[in-house]
Amino acid sequence: MSSITGEDVTIGHDDAHGHDDHDHKPEGFLARWVFTTNHKDIGTLYLVFALLMFFIGGSMAMVIRAELFMPGLQLVEPDFFNQMTTMHALIMVFGAVMPAWVGFANWMIPLMVGAPDMALPRMNNWSFWILPFAFTMLLSTLFMDSGGPAAGWTLYPPLSLQTGDSFAFVVFSVHMMGISSIMGAINIIATILNMRAPGMTLLRMPLFVWTWLITAYLLIAVMPVLAGAVTMLLTDHFFGTSFFNAAGGGDPVMFQHIFWFFGHPEVYIMILPAFGVVSEILPTFSRKPLFGYAAMVYATASIAFLSFIVWAHHMFTVGMPLEGELFFMYATMLIAVPTGVKVFNWVSTMWKGSMTFETPMLFAIGFVVLFTIGGLSGLMLAITASDLQYHDTYFVVAHFHYVLVPGAVFTLMAGAYYWLPKWSGNMYSERWGKIHFWLSTISVNVLFFPQHYLGLAGMPRRIPDYAPQFADFNMWSSLGGFAFGASQLIFVGVVIHCVFFSKVKATARVWEGAKGLEWTVPSPAPHHTFTHPPTVTASMVAHGEDH
Amino acid sequence: MAEHAEGTYYVPHGTRWPMTGSIGLATMLGSAGFWLNGSDTAMWTFYVGVAIIIYMIFGWFGQVIRESESGIYNAQVDTSFRMGMAWFIFSEVMFFACFFGALFYARALVVPWLGGSSNNASTNEILWQGFMAHWPTNGPGEVGGDFGTIPAFGIPFLNTLILLFSGVTITMAHHALKDGKRRALVLWLAATVALGALFLFYQVEEYVHAYRDLGLTLGSGIYGSTFFMLTGFHGLHVTLGAIMLTVILFRCMAGHFKPDSHFGFEAVAWYWHFVDVVWLGLFIFVYVL
Repeated sequence: MSSITGEDVTIGHDDAHGHDDHDHKPEGFLARWVFTTNHKDIGTLYLVFALLMFFIGGSMAMVIRAELFMPGLQLVEPDFFNQMTTMHALIMVFGAVMPAWVGFANWMIPLMVGAPDMALPRMNNWSFWILPFAFTMLLSTLFMDSGGPAAGWTLYPPLSLQTGDSFAFVVFSVHMMGISSIMGAINIIATILNMRAPGMTLLRMPLFVWTWLITAYLLIAVMPVLAGAVTMLLTDHFFGTSFFNAAGGGDPVMFQHIFWFFGHPEVYIMILPAFGVVSEILPTFSRKPLFGYAAMVYATASIAFLSFIVWAHHMFTVGMPLEGELFFMYATMLIAVPTGVKVFNWVSTMWKGSMTFETPMLFAIGFVVLFTIGGLSGLMLAITASDLQYHDTYFVVAHFHYVLVPGAVFTLMAGAYYWLPKWSGNMYSERWGKIHFWLSTISVNVLFFPQHYLGLAGMPRRIPDYAPQFADFNMWSSLGGFAFGASQLIFVGVVIHCVFFSKVKATARVWEGAKGLEWTVPSPAPHHTFTHPPTVTASMVAHGEDH
Repeated sequence: MAEHAEGTYYVPHGTRWPMTGSIGLATMLGSAGFWLNGSDTAMWTFYVGVAIIIYMIFGWFGQVIRESESGIYNAQVDTSFRMGMAWFIFSEVMFFACFFGALFYARALVVPWLGGSSNNASTNEILWQGFMAHWPTNGPGEVGGDFGTIPAFGIPFLNTLILLFSGVTITMAHHALKDGKRRALVLWLAATVALGALFLFYQVEEYVHAYRDLGLTLGSGIYGSTFFMLTGFHGLHVTLGAIMLTVILFRCMAGHFKPDSHFGFEAVAWYWHFVDVVWLGLFIFVYVL
């Protein structure tokens, strides 16, 4: 049986020639989408799944903001409110942002390094197809008698151990997400290290590939630790172990240490690919090579290393020894150095460039500005003495939403607009893309900026009711939230229009200033690309000459 | 076409095994949830899930083995498999690191703090009056009641020798494979499987002894928790490794693998060495110290 993929795809291959030879997609829904081993189809599955989860998690955020619109309890019971905050976070972190980045990795990494597919195509299928089962299991807990998990996404014991019937299902769904992530990460590392085309040396790789290589390493290092942590919760709950029970010689704080050993690298897992996407987009629309390519690579690696030794800054108030507090404070502030290198290089990339402001560029610039705000509030939180005041307030909520929404989510949008023409073969509506950007940018600031003031004034997070003094800022925040949520429907409209209805065909290069292997294949990218690897020279890569 | 098959990276078309695996995994874990919540029928669907996963593993690996034996994998595919296995083992290392971390943290910090060290004198005085830090311990609440511990230089030391020796035998098997000595290969590999089984036999005996005679259970406070979690997950991995070795043994008897191409063998050998190294950590930190 011949299972070798079609063989005459070459760079700049003209679509009409030999088309039916290599572009045959499997027929039928099951064969095309369920049994697929194709990195592009699996990438699409990841992206569609992530978008679905983005709206499910987003609707939970709408419930939260609706309840917080006014002081007092009006819409939901406090326990259901807690289920919403818990599930919103679990869904957004594990269901939306992470799978979306793996979707980008699937689509783009083989195209960017000149590989015929991911290194382990069957396992690639499994990485994705675990997720729908895991999230069905997680979401089903909302319909159980006990309701869903309500102890916060961090699952701190002893509170999380009081979860009812849903507890075991939450733990098992986290296990499944972990299996999916680890397999996805192994595949990405093997693809990057083993599948690069001749001439695609490590320091010629696009920065998106570099950031994903380091992200995948982080995933393999910390997802098993999360699995271990929730396993200990499970045995404490069902099998009488005492890991987090002081009477038995354990300690609930130990869970926090283990969780955040996973949790801090996890936040970089969500943001490093974002750094990569921005580092692709800014050079294209500035028509200049990325400033300080090698420094960007080393900065990414430094951030990843530091992410392993800062975890306890999430727990300054649990009563750690002073030496511990100081170490974690200084180590955390150190991260500002490589992150500062990145922001400096992004700004320098744009400096004196021939800039144009298509939608991907707008989202990327929005990211640079707004992510920096989130980064700076992170530095405030890193100061132990100040954090004692900020801890568990809306200031923390404002901080991590600034780095995750106008940070990770904006770059997901930027990347989607940037590569959508390559994926679909059609141009999206620039007009509606810009409307989406401006509505999102204005509303996201109305949504999250007031939360800084709420937190500084002392409003605690994860509480369905609040003192009347917080009413005005909460109302503004909720209005911004509704507007932001509604704005994202525009994105769905733009994508559907682009894929199914747009009449404007995309060229292979799509963007005037775009460089890199992915722009040398036709738009839409054929089902199989680079069956024979191209030979890469320095002039073909986005950052130009070698380093 | 054959020419290209030599040179190009093998990309399989369509596979139904991952979806089979997902259905099995969801059946197994979903049932486990209901089982833990007290449903009796869920126990049976749990086993159905396990059976589906076993079916998936046989089907999936069987297909890969057939493809490998038919020679359609080139050196680059081989490297992908190697990287996959190496990074999988790294993830397993981190999984064990989590439980070792729990052991170290509990022993070096939590228990002394409960006993009043650092700035915890008043906590000890008010909450856990009279509790003095010691190890092994089941905590100030003496959770699980009195218990004894397994001496390091009995069964555990014997098991250390068994596993170390099995590391030697599998290396001998590898050399035999590379030298094309098929009979020696099968014998050394069979010896490795036997040593793995012997290890598991003694481990079970030790558990029976702990539960029946020593009062040491999973519920014996932090000592019982860390002891059984670490040795239990290790035992599970030895079981898995022994099953993998057995499969490799049958494959060798069926004439699989060549002196210069035997990734499946090497992957299992790596895994076996990994299990061995984890045991050395266990022997030192759980039994001796």
